[in-house]
Amino acid sequence: MTAIHPQILEAMLVHADNCHPEESCGLLASDPAGAVRMAYPLTNTLRSSTNYTIEPREHVKALRHAERLGWEITGVFHSHPHTQAYPSPTDVQLAPDPEWLYVVVGLENRSHPVVRGFRIAGGRIEEETLTFERNQT
Amino acid sequence: MSATINLPTILRSHAGGSRTIEVAGSTVAEVFDDVARSYPKLAEQLASPDGGLPVFVNVFVDDEDIRYLAGLDTSVGDRSEITILPAVAGG
Repeated sequence: MTAIHPQILEAMLVHADNCHPEESCGLLASDPAGAVRMAYPLTNTLRSSTNYTIEPREHVKALRHAERLGWEITGVFHSHPHTQAYPSPTDVQLAPDPEWLYVVVGLENRSHPVVRGFRIAGGRIEEETLTFERNQT
Repeated sequence: MSATINLPTILRSHAGGSRTIEVAGSTVAEVFDDVARSYPKLAEQLASPDGGLPVFVNVFVDDEDIRYLAGLDTSVGDRSEITILPAVAGG
């Protein structure tokens, strides 16, 4: 189970809505205790409704910001503008790190987005339960 | 020239679990040759059949993306930091 602060959830939802009908994407950073501390909304270089690639120079800037605060990049989030919040075959094929949290924002119903978390390792998908609570420091 | 390579978690197992490795070379290509001598498994992850960079690997010298510089011919200075990041992509 992973706790996501409502403000981090909001950042992912706003980015997904702003990028619609294209896929949004970004990175997540966690502190040494494993708490998710930041969502970095980043540019999808593909400007596509079915694929994303995070702009590499923005990736390194997010990494440096996280490192300055003693955090690590521990996950990625992206949206599915027209499909459910579940990793696509492309997501599974290209998943870069088996330790990362993969958050998918599904906008099948744009006014009622669905946000789910997953771990993807060795081609296998396991759902990671997300909680959206304010009890983080 | 001595530089440092920062490795992402996914590649550290090819370098004995190290987060960083020290390398020699005056260009990225020379640095990667040095990597191949000490960490052949890691070097395999940094090579593509056409001799260039793999599509899903991004390389930065002092935080500048080498695709916007001189690619593998990009100069590496003494104490440069080379950062390797996996391309983050999906569908």
